[in-house]
Amino acid sequence: MTENGAHAFELRGVNIYYGSKKAVEDVNLSIPRQKITAFIGPSGCGKSTVLRSLNRMNDLIPSARIEGGVFFGGQNLYADNVDPVEVRRRIGMVFQKPNPFPKSIYDNVAYGPRLLGVRGKAVLDEIVEHSLKGAFLWDEVRGDLKKSGLALSGGQQQRLCIARTIAVEPEVILMDEPASALDPIATQAIEELMKVLVQRFTIVIVTHNMQQAQRVSDYTAFYSIRKKEEQGGVENRWGVLAEYAPTDRLFSNPASEETERYIRGEFG
Amino acid sequence: MSLPTEVGTINAPSAVFDMRAQRDARTTIFRRPRPAETLIQFFLFFCGVLSIFTTLGILYVLGSEALLFFQSGLVDLGEFLTAPVWQPQAEEFGIMSLVSATLMTTLFAMIVAIPLGLGAAIYLAEYAKDRTRAILKPILEILAGIPTVVYGYFALTFMTPLLRGIFGQDTVSIYNVASAGLVMGIMILPTITSMSEDALSAVPRNLREASYGLSATKLETILKVVLPAGLSGIIAAFIVGISRAVGETMIVALAAGAGPCKLYGDGANCFQPFDAAETMTGHIVRISGGDLSYNSIDYNSLFAIGLTLFLFTLVLNLISRSITNRFREVYQ
Repeated sequence: MTENGAHAFELRGVNIYYGSKKAVEDVNLSIPRQKITAFIGPSGCGKSTVLRSLNRMNDLIPSARIEGGVFFGGQNLYADNVDPVEVRRRIGMVFQKPNPFPKSIYDNVAYGPRLLGVRGKAVLDEIVEHSLKGAFLWDEVRGDLKKSGLALSGGQQQRLCIARTIAVEPEVILMDEPASALDPIATQAIEELMKVLVQRFTIVIVTHNMQQAQRVSDYTAFYSIRKKEEQGGVENRWGVLAEYAPTDRLFSNPASEETERYIRGEFG
Repeated sequence: MSLPTEVGTINAPSAVFDMRAQRDARTTIFRRPRPAETLIQFFLFFCGVLSIFTTLGILYVLGSEALLFFQSGLVDLGEFLTAPVWQPQAEEFGIMSLVSATLMTTLFAMIVAIPLGLGAAIYLAEYAKDRTRAILKPILEILAGIPTVVYGYFALTFMTPLLRGIFGQDTVSIYNVASAGLVMGIMILPTITSMSEDALSAVPRNLREASYGLSATKLETILKVVLPAGLSGIIAAFIVGISRAVGETMIVALAAGAGPCKLYGDGANCFQPFDAAETMTGHIVRISGGDLSYNSIDYNSLFAIGLTLFLFTLVLNLISRSITNRFREVYQ
């Protein structure tokens, strides 16, 4: 049912629940390989939830439950015999708030490779250098790799987290609002980095910032909120995928009026 | 939210209460005395310094009485530190006999409390479901609320027979260090568990997510990220546990034995887990309970023991502080 070539992910009828509450409904989406796909939408539209379903990060939330299929290279990630640890080895993640371990810069980057059993200083040295170069951080930290990762600036910390992620050579990097805690200059550095990384990795990014989506992404998925009044005046809200298109088309010529109103900044 | 339609309604004084008149009634902008504030500040200051004075007072009493002990001419510091046994009747004052028993009971307590406490803390912080935790934590807190004298009887009437059943009546004395120490470990367990669990729970969730995101398993995340990040708090928990074990009195008084052990020479019996030995605290409580005349050498000797005990806990606290500072992995 899925073609293996062009698409990294195929989402088929994905519903995600937290406990009895529906968070997103019926998401169908094909995410292309080695492109940047942006998820945008107002708060509470479920874009982060969908992102976290792509590497089974939602498993960590005990109440989270998923229906439908998330296919990665043709394999349903939620099949019973799939090991979430192996999923995350292939699909890495960068988080909203830079979260380096309270360890040295070197140990932060070497963390993943060591988990995979890489021993030997020469090999690890090589991986650390290569990864830090890949995250445009090497020149700034080459002299003091022993320094704590937390001693870096926010933007440097986020690039360290990216270096740490690419050190395990995943196929995909998921980024959950990676620049929302950073200043404009650090944000620009991250965006430029993404444009280079996409030559080697598939990138999916959640962003609040529509200009950012426009600047960096090839495809944009716009999520929106649906509401329903239950009896007793309780309002149920959940997210849906409202529109998905190449970024320039979605922004220049949105198919739905809702998308148009959102990108004009009328709600959100 | 509705805004007033006329600007005037904002600027006009309230019809009910004229704040401007109130303000204008205060004639100066200069300092006025505020006696209540001063009084309360003074009272709070008093509360703060009271604990300092109490500590200093206790230290003074301990020190001066201990000084009388050393000035008695019956004992000098060298003998105090090296004599094989503590027997005031025989005018033998070897503190190391009592210290060795304290160390032994503390060691046994730690053998129980550190692995079980840390294990329970990891389970509660990382593995337990909310419902399990809601059941387990109160039970642990009940354990912390049991009076130590009950633990003492528990040692004597349950742990000792158990040890004697396992290792034989001939090997295990009725009063023995191991029984008291093991039960003390159970007593300390809630403290270590609860403090360690706090330290582990304080490790931010985003560090765990980072680790999972790098394809770590749960155990790898706990061992390589959560435990190192919580290490300072865990070590602090251990040291508080050790401090409590060193100072614990009722359990050792009841179950460890009522006579100091002999460190060396004929019939040396310290560091024998299944033999009786008297700890510093155990000795103090036994001697204080008997009839004791003021300013006798026995009486003064108690203060020398007390001072030693105090030094122990002081050093433990200092170690704890330096370790927590050195190993602290600061996280945001």
